[in-house]
Amino acid sequence: MIRLFHALKKAGILGMNRRNADYIMLFNPRHNYPLVDDKLLTKRLAEEAGIHVPKLYHMIQIERQIRQLPKMLEGINDFVIKPAHGSGGNGIMVITGSRNGSYVRGSGLLTNIDELGHHISNILSGMHSLGGQPDQAMIEQRVIFDPMFDRISYQGVPDIRTVVFRGVPIMAMVRLPTRMSDGKANLHQGAVGAGLDMGSGRTTTAVWKETFVDTHPDTGDPIAGLQIPQWETLLELAARCYSLAELGYLGVDVVLDKYQGPLVLELNARPGLSIQLANRASLLRRLQRVEALDAIPDSAEERARLGQRLFGLDTPPVAQVLAPA
Amino acid sequence: MTNLHLKILALILCALGVAGVWYKVSVIGLPLQPDAETQTWTVEARVSYQAEGGPTQVRLFLPGTQPKFSVLGEDFVSGSFGLARESEGNNRIALWTARRASGEQTLYYRIRLAADRDGDSVLTGPQPPFPSVPDYPEPYGSAAKTVLEEVRRESADIASFTRRLLIRYGATSPDENVQVLREDPDTDLEHVENIIHILAGARIPARPVKVLHLRDRMRRGTLDTFLEVHNGTEWVAFNPRTGQRGYEDDMLVWYRGAGELLQLSGGSGGQVEFSAALTVRQMVSIAEQRAAQRGSLLMDFSLLGLPVQTQNVYRLLLLIPIGALVMVFMRNVIGVSTFGTFMPILIALAFRETQLLWGIFLFTFIVAMGLAIRFYLENLKLLLVPRLAAVLTVVVLLLAAVTILTHKLGLERGLSIALFPMVILAMTIERMSLVWEEHGPSEAIKQGVGSLVVAVIGYLVMFRPQLEHLVFYFPELLLIVLAVTLLMGRYTGYRLTELWRFRHLLREMNKS
Repeated sequence: MIRLFHALKKAGILGMNRRNADYIMLFNPRHNYPLVDDKLLTKRLAEEAGIHVPKLYHMIQIERQIRQLPKMLEGINDFVIKPAHGSGGNGIMVITGSRNGSYVRGSGLLTNIDELGHHISNILSGMHSLGGQPDQAMIEQRVIFDPMFDRISYQGVPDIRTVVFRGVPIMAMVRLPTRMSDGKANLHQGAVGAGLDMGSGRTTTAVWKETFVDTHPDTGDPIAGLQIPQWETLLELAARCYSLAELGYLGVDVVLDKYQGPLVLELNARPGLSIQLANRASLLRRLQRVEALDAIPDSAEERARLGQRLFGLDTPPVAQVLAPA
Repeated sequence: MTNLHLKILALILCALGVAGVWYKVSVIGLPLQPDAETQTWTVEARVSYQAEGGPTQVRLFLPGTQPKFSVLGEDFVSGSFGLARESEGNNRIALWTARRASGEQTLYYRIRLAADRDGDSVLTGPQPPFPSVPDYPEPYGSAAKTVLEEVRRESADIASFTRRLLIRYGATSPDENVQVLREDPDTDLEHVENIIHILAGARIPARPVKVLHLRDRMRRGTLDTFLEVHNGTEWVAFNPRTGQRGYEDDMLVWYRGAGELLQLSGGSGGQVEFSAALTVRQMVSIAEQRAAQRGSLLMDFSLLGLPVQTQNVYRLLLLIPIGALVMVFMRNVIGVSTFGTFMPILIALAFRETQLLWGIFLFTFIVAMGLAIRFYLENLKLLLVPRLAAVLTVVVLLLAAVTILTHKLGLERGLSIALFPMVILAMTIERMSLVWEEHGPSEAIKQGVGSLVVAVIGYLVMFRPQLEHLVFYFPELLLIVLAVTLLMGRYTGYRLTELWRFRHLLREMNKS
């Protein structure tokens, strides 16, 4: 047992206790949490800073507004309902279209406006929020994700999680929804996490429910070697989010919209540790390398380049040649 | 910096805790074991005499501080007499007076004692004046001189001198010098006074001491006389018959000096009878009495001063920090996931009333039933707070139903289910159903079982009679618990479950 603990330490794997005590508590001032916990606030700040985010259609703050839901949704066929203070992807409902007065969920199931209303009501009463406080519901633009992920994701929106330490992107992964995760891009709900080479932006290794995989469990297509488009822009975007929230240890979730490119979906003040499994690499080593730097550049662009240079693989994975679907 | 600060704080807390426990154990004598018992003596002196009808006064020596006992309490039965207590040198005196009394009078004095090996001793004291060498008549004088000379040659200091003298004096076949010295005394006191007289020849200060040899169920006991000599720094006691040094463990020192035990005026036929009885009592209650007798502030401001009902509440409350420590350990070192931070500890508290197996069964039953109802309520699309209230109502009804059913079946254990924290159960059911829907049944059951396991471990750790006793009588131990909790707050090592979580990664990384 003790030997295993030592082995974990030697491998430099970041554990939950260490992450909380040495990174989150030291680098993330508590008073900045609302900036990332309240997705509405994050969205406003991001818009002011010129960072692209999905468009907000409507905001529902009180129960009574639910009655106006049919009116609000007029002319909008695909959208996402989410709690402003949600955590871990809970309470997100994706509507991909409408058919004969019913709405089509991300999973393909039909649902009606009453169920949407009930879902929003649950959000308002704080069912999905941290600590169960009353919450607000956001109805926002559904991202039409880049078709490059079609072959290795099952419904839902794959997103790219980047851990940014003191403004330097240090590790990234792309989270691919599966049938099991019900279209949600959350690893503990059964999504696949695929590590990304920081230098090239190509997928490397992948993990699914704590086991290593090479192919997507639903589509069977190989995961490695996929090139994330606009990788450098994406890293710069992630680096810029640092100045947005002033959180030293930050998780940035980005989605790739087919038309708008990288959009920041949300920020996370307590990014998880599974990214280490996806990349098969130690977070602690990378954190310590950034800590050892004498100076960190002010410009987000330089920080993004720094991350690429420090943490890129010596031999980037071979690019997958995408056969036209 | 933070770590150093924390370590110093933890060290201070531990030191305070240990110091408090040390004081209570070694000074007040609180036992570390829950059922520790000790022997206590109840000693009674009964004074009886014939009063002559006029004003009367009774003076009786009382035991003072003791070398082998600590005093738990004393009381007097004085009848129509007025009572005053005085002290005279090292001795205490009870003074009973009455304006008019006639006929048979009986007065009682009772003292309760607990054995105390290192009890107070008044043996140290200022150097008494050296007695002057008496003018011995012949042949007593030359015999005394010879014996003292010989004894001095055979001894190293005053104590060994006295011991040699006593042995020589008490020998069964004494030499002729000793025979001259021995005057066939009638009483103990005369015997001791003779020895004091001889010791004066060597200018050694000595005094008689009246002691009561305690025996269980003793009636009509009398005082024996012991000898104390001053060796320049302290009084050393000897058994004048055997030369044995020191008092025995069951000897109660009543008073020192040659005075009469009982002095009467306005009466005659005074008599004092001693009786003693041995009882076995809880060390805890003895320590309490002892502390009260000493006026110990720490004990006065302790939980023992509270009403019993409040004490019982604290017996439970003081265990909660221990449960919280278990919780910290299970979550941060083992890495078990549970519903709610401290919910398992509250469940563990309920287990105390229901007993473990019943507790587990009832908890599982209520949560399972509650979940079923919660899933039914889901169809009705209720708002959060009314839904919680509905689940709570159902939980209360379930509890009542189980109680009635088990009562009818004659299973009295089932009655204790009412002590389950209902609100916590309702919240648990709600949380569990949410996890069930969002993360699937396996995650919900995993967390549910995790909560139950932590509750069981918490129960097993918290409710040991030994631990209950320790935290109640030594609440300062919680400072040590606090110190450990604080240190755990800076534990940045891995959790046990992370070994499992990262097992593949570990293998992968060690390969390369």
